[in-house]
Amino acid sequence: MTGRILKMLLLAMGLGLAALPGALRAQELVADSSRHLVAITTGFVGTEVLLFGATEGAGDVVLVVRGPSRNEVVRRKGRHGGIWINDSQLTFKGVPSFYWHAASKPIETLLRPAALRRHGIGVQFLRLPPGRDVSENELADFRAGFIRRKVLTGLFTVRPRDVTFLGQRLFRSAIYLPPNVPTGSYTINVYLVRQGRVVSAQTVPLSVHKIGISAKVYQFAHTQSVLYGILAIVIALAGGLLAGVIFRRA
Amino acid sequence: MQIYLPIAEISLDVLLLLAMGGGVGFLSGMFGVGGGFLMTPLLIFIGVSPAVAVASEANQVVAASASGVLAHMRRGNVDFKMGLVLLAGGIAGSSFGVWLYSLLRAIGQLDLVIALSYVAFLGIIGSLMLVESVRAVLRKSRAGGVRRKLHQHTWLHGLPFKIRFRKSKLYISAILPLGIGFFVGILSAIMGVGGGFIIVPAMIYVLGMPTIMVVGTSLFQIIFVTANVTFLQAVNNQTVDVVLALILLAGGVIGAQFGGRFAHRISGEYLRFLLGLFVLFVGAMIVIGLVATPDDIYSLGPGAQR
Repeated sequence: MTGRILKMLLLAMGLGLAALPGALRAQELVADSSRHLVAITTGFVGTEVLLFGATEGAGDVVLVVRGPSRNEVVRRKGRHGGIWINDSQLTFKGVPSFYWHAASKPIETLLRPAALRRHGIGVQFLRLPPGRDVSENELADFRAGFIRRKVLTGLFTVRPRDVTFLGQRLFRSAIYLPPNVPTGSYTINVYLVRQGRVVSAQTVPLSVHKIGISAKVYQFAHTQSVLYGILAIVIALAGGLLAGVIFRRA
Repeated sequence: MQIYLPIAEISLDVLLLLAMGGGVGFLSGMFGVGGGFLMTPLLIFIGVSPAVAVASEANQVVAASASGVLAHMRRGNVDFKMGLVLLAGGIAGSSFGVWLYSLLRAIGQLDLVIALSYVAFLGIIGSLMLVESVRAVLRKSRAGGVRRKLHQHTWLHGLPFKIRFRKSKLYISAILPLGIGFFVGILSAIMGVGGGFIIVPAMIYVLGMPTIMVVGTSLFQIIFVTANVTFLQAVNNQTVDVVLALILLAGGVIGAQFGGRFAHRISGEYLRFLLGLFVLFVGAMIVIGLVATPDDIYSLGPGAQR
């Protein structure tokens, strides 16, 4: 159902653009997502958000989705006396908690490394500023370890996903948000690439937040910790005493 | 049926959690042990982070002890004076324990310390159970035996600050129960256990309390110590998952009833032998986790906050 509506919407957008008079066609790229709000409920098992848009004239499209920035601690284990112990750590400052990208062609054929780095397209070009001075080798190791863990938990994509063109001008792609997706404000950057250059760009906002009982419990535990602690004890005492009374009769 | 646990932040099967609560409750009903020392490692095995497992299990032990203490109170088998002295040590110890827990978590060594504590205690308890049950079986086949002296005086009785505990018929230094309470309080915070498996033998063999008073008195003080742990964990670390604790509790109380009834059917020595084996098995699993080469030597820390 939503799929059909979307297709119609896309078609309407395409037609609308084509019908626009030349002066208004300066905007070469129009994009949007199927949802701007993603709600994580008690039964959340991951979801897809559809990204779509239209381009003016030929060109390729690159999409980059970034989750809210945070500081991420990466720990490394070493073997000491036969057991594995965390023995060193590195904090990466202000890195995206979620990273996903897609392109209509292999990105290395679209843009030069300098341009990829400038726009942060591709995991290898992500800026991961370390929180302390480390040697180049160590930084590279931690960087690789960090990205590997993020990919394993489904929060980073290494290989760009596909952006498919419907005809010459309409494009679409689907972002998958896994069950453990971080909450907060996301940005979706859409780039139009032509002859090795980014000729147009647009940003689409996306917000991921928890709703329902589990969100309330989490919120409560973090904002009213004292009350939460007292309530946890009261609930446990009541439950325990109730069980004691019930089974005394049985 | 999957449920998203709000604090653990993972989805788990409710039936699996109920079954775990029921299984551990069955064992605790059968052997009269709290079961925290089995539940926490099991939670870690199914993917709950050690930090959340320990804090939520402390919350569940509050409930389990509360339901158990009533029966003992009705029979008058709780020495409140002794309980309060133990508790004073327990509150201090558990507060120190939660502070230590937060510190270890910040420097990334909490999981290791939890695992090592479990290896040590499961190893000791499991071995003691095995040895004791084998001895009991051997003793049965032989008649008679040596009678133990009722009350022995050791250097422990020379310590100052003596207090009279009428109910337990003891005149001992307050330092002893305070010290025991303090030590068990630390364990409670770090391991998410009530500590019955340490405090009960300590009360019998170190304090020389009458056995009939021991279980009720220990349950009485465990309620308050684990309540203190729950509160401090909730305030300092936000790692208490009430939903998880409630599901485990529901399974636990039912399991405990069946366990209690089943215990009369088969001989105690064999039961203890089996539990000893199980405890050692859980300990061995943790050792394997520590010694085996990890899939990835890198891991993401809890610093990944939103």
